[in-house]
Amino acid sequence: MNWTLALPELVLAIAGLCLLVAGVVPKRPMHFAITLGALGSFLLAAVLVMGQGEGVTFGGLYVADAFARFAKLLVLAGAGLGLILALDFNEKSGIARFEFPVLLVFATVGMMVMVSANDLMALYVGLELMSLSLYVVAAFDRDNERSSEAGLKYFVLGALASGLLLYGASLVYGFAGTTNFDRIADALSSPAGGSLGLVVGVVFVVAGLAFKVSAVPFHMWTPDVYEGAPTPVTAFFAAAPKVAAIALLTRVLAGPFGDLAAQWQQVILLISALSMILGAFAAIGQSNVKRLMAYSSIANVGYALMGLAVATDAGLRGLLLYMAVYIAMTLGSFSVLVAMRRDGRAVERIDDLAGLGRTDPVMAFWMAVFMFSMAGIPPLAGFFSKLYVFLPAVQAGYWALAVIGVLTSVVGAYYYLRIVKVMYFDAPAGAFDPRPAGLSVVLTVTGLFTMLFILFPAPLIAAAQAAITSILG
Amino acid sequence: MNAAGFPLLSLITFLPLAGVLVILSVRGEEAVVASNARWTALWTSLITFALSLILWFRFDRDTADFQFVEHLSWLPEFGVNYAMGVDGISVLFVLLSTLLTPLCILASWEAIGTRVREYMIAFLILETMMVGMFCALDFVLFYVFFEGVLIPMFLIIGVWGGARRVYAAFKFFLYTLLGSVLMLLAILLLWYRAGTTDILALMGTPIPPAIQTWVFLAFFASFAVKVPMWPVHTWLPDAHVEAPTAGSVILAGVLLKMGAYGFLRFSLPLLPDASAAFAPFIFALSVVAVVYTSLVALAQEDMKKLIAYSSVAHMGIVTIGIFTFNAQGLSGALFTMLAHGVVSGALFLCVGVLYDRVHSREIARYGGVAKIMPGYAVVFMLFSMASVGLPGLANFPGELLVIVGAWRANPWVALGGALGMILGAAYMLYLYRRVIFGRIGRDDLKVLLDLSPREYAIFAPLVLLTVWMGIHPQSFLSFFEASVAQLVARHEAALGAARLAGM
Repeated sequence: MNWTLALPELVLAIAGLCLLVAGVVPKRPMHFAITLGALGSFLLAAVLVMGQGEGVTFGGLYVADAFARFAKLLVLAGAGLGLILALDFNEKSGIARFEFPVLLVFATVGMMVMVSANDLMALYVGLELMSLSLYVVAAFDRDNERSSEAGLKYFVLGALASGLLLYGASLVYGFAGTTNFDRIADALSSPAGGSLGLVVGVVFVVAGLAFKVSAVPFHMWTPDVYEGAPTPVTAFFAAAPKVAAIALLTRVLAGPFGDLAAQWQQVILLISALSMILGAFAAIGQSNVKRLMAYSSIANVGYALMGLAVATDAGLRGLLLYMAVYIAMTLGSFSVLVAMRRDGRAVERIDDLAGLGRTDPVMAFWMAVFMFSMAGIPPLAGFFSKLYVFLPAVQAGYWALAVIGVLTSVVGAYYYLRIVKVMYFDAPAGAFDPRPAGLSVVLTVTGLFTMLFILFPAPLIAAAQAAITSILG
Repeated sequence: MNAAGFPLLSLITFLPLAGVLVILSVRGEEAVVASNARWTALWTSLITFALSLILWFRFDRDTADFQFVEHLSWLPEFGVNYAMGVDGISVLFVLLSTLLTPLCILASWEAIGTRVREYMIAFLILETMMVGMFCALDFVLFYVFFEGVLIPMFLIIGVWGGARRVYAAFKFFLYTLLGSVLMLLAILLLWYRAGTTDILALMGTPIPPAIQTWVFLAFFASFAVKVPMWPVHTWLPDAHVEAPTAGSVILAGVLLKMGAYGFLRFSLPLLPDASAAFAPFIFALSVVAVVYTSLVALAQEDMKKLIAYSSVAHMGIVTIGIFTFNAQGLSGALFTMLAHGVVSGALFLCVGVLYDRVHSREIARYGGVAKIMPGYAVVFMLFSMASVGLPGLANFPGELLVIVGAWRANPWVALGGALGMILGAAYMLYLYRRVIFGRIGRDDLKVLLDLSPREYAIFAPLVLLTVWMGIHPQSFLSFFEASVAQLVARHEAALGAARLAGM
């Protein structure tokens, strides 16, 4: 057993435990120091991930490969940037407690286990570690009714999804006789493989994971939780866990259940199309910007899943690229939402952004970049990420899906443009409180990435290609 | 012939962005920033224009090949590269774009008083996108520029526009985007079939007629909206009316040409069979556009709206010319595009001159302007006559060639086009009479000042061009003769091959 393969997770888990102790023992508030410690451990984990070896360990439970590396770096980037967003916000909202960074560290460990899972058991353990931490942070503003409601709602529905997933996993175990991904693949490729029970099991697993990525029809929790949770928590939800869950879904479906592609493709196809349609249309009527972003994330997941639905090499590569760009755009636009604070109180109506182009031109500019990018307008990154999922769809002959995709992206453009309109065309509604430095960092980093992706797309594409090659072999 | 190794086209394309960086780096009082932004934008665009003049002198008019070609690896494993180059079809549009931009910046000198810095940045970015689009030799690159235009134009209409600017900006953006995304799918189809998006390579990859039909329809969705053709033209009057003067000039002068350019660059060479099959359809839409929008123009009460509808009519002539597939029709279409770019741009500037003084575009609001602003009346008359198609001015040679070409293809279409020209004379003269002649209806008109030196400076090059294009069209026609001849020859060869295959 080569436990050094899991070094990043181990280091991060131990760091989380140490941070917990460091938070409890001293008598003074440790929030700031613990947050810095958490950021440091994310950074350390990222370095370790980059130097990670490849192979399978822990009796086949855990796999480290290029795919895991790609997804983990995205997860860590999302978690780190999300934590930076929370730092100032929590202090101003009076919820600056050291448990917050610690919970995020544990959630991140869970996500990393998820993307490295090579067994249904490891999958479940990672997923639950992530979910349980996230239930708590959703309700972190505990004196706020909406936040508590969000946490509870998320927990109840999340538990239901976990149940579905477990049920599916047990069916798979029953019919394949194993929970190990490699052996499931063997069982499926044998002449007797692919029985109906296995198909049902896979559908349940997909349903459970679709809940985590908030794909239609398992999206109902998303708008409420996004709206109720504190904004930085929402930002975190929208970024890192989405990547982890999508990566997990990709690994499970393309790996062990690759031979059942003809079965699950139909499911993913439907989920993808429905997500794009609902995400586009339901966002139109929103007046709360966090709810709008919730529907936007549903639509984005729809586009990303298009790559999975196509189930080709190029499709999966497109999916990974999509998630990389998505995480940058999402964290960027959420950093603007986190900055929406007037006279010390967080505001979250779209109209509150009115006149941002005059009151804070820099932030408005970046927000416009993110909105145009999400609408898929070149030369921004969002255009290319869509391009790389549409191309495989066209290539594989999924015309209906591609046409739905481009048409819903036009509908989506309408509400993204609405934000640009409010910021630039409307009269100012008063300035926001000065934005903290950490937020500007996130804004600039993600903004530059979104804007300059066009100049250097090759390295990211190569990395995604390597990741896909490692799971498809 | 080619300045080998010197990336002239990239320089012309991206120089405006350097201006943007300079404008961004200026800090200080708002008035200082505004003044700096104006001057920087003006100088940047003038230098860009000066550089683009090199194209005029160094362009080899005897060949149909792409010239000033640049090639940079961008996404080699996908067959997508950064490729730039111009041929006879595109070179003059680069010049048109670089010429109109400084004029627009001058025209906005006093008219734009708020957020001058952002305005100038938007215009310079717009210039980059426009020039890049005409130079792109890679389909993905083309699409990037083609769509990228939407962002600055959306902001220009929405921030500095008139009362219904938000509606107009959204309509403009969503209409165009809807058409374009369908084209994107068609591009993806061609991309994976050919394994590359290099335009030259795509031209060498024949496409089966069954696929051509679909690809043509997808291209049509994008280009027809951009041209705009009847019945998808409705965004144009709104956008024109609400846009600031300079925005209208660019919209009419360059952006409308993108659609027609798309037909010429992509639909015709890549999809010869489908183009031939759809030609009657395009003719029908174009004739309807020419006649119908001319009639609509007659009934307009708003000067800008009237000229906007006249643009739709003129672009109808252009699409007729393109789908005649003969040398006269195509040359005429190209010439009309250029002439319309100059003349309709100038007409919008003329409206802008009045609007800056009176803040109304309502025709009934004016009358007797000739007595107060004689210089303006002369300039306006020149461009009105040019728009009507008076021989000796810019529009005449192009429209004549289109009618001749259309006569060869289908006399009824030629008749429809000619009818539109007659109606064109009616509405332009009607407009001119109501605004310029007659009694001075209102007292506030009596104090209007005639054109300022700045305004003369804006109109001078346009007047010069209008007369030059009318008197000596050959100096422009000679640019695209070789390319048009090659386009026609290839089209006939492709159709001939298809017919042989069918036998």
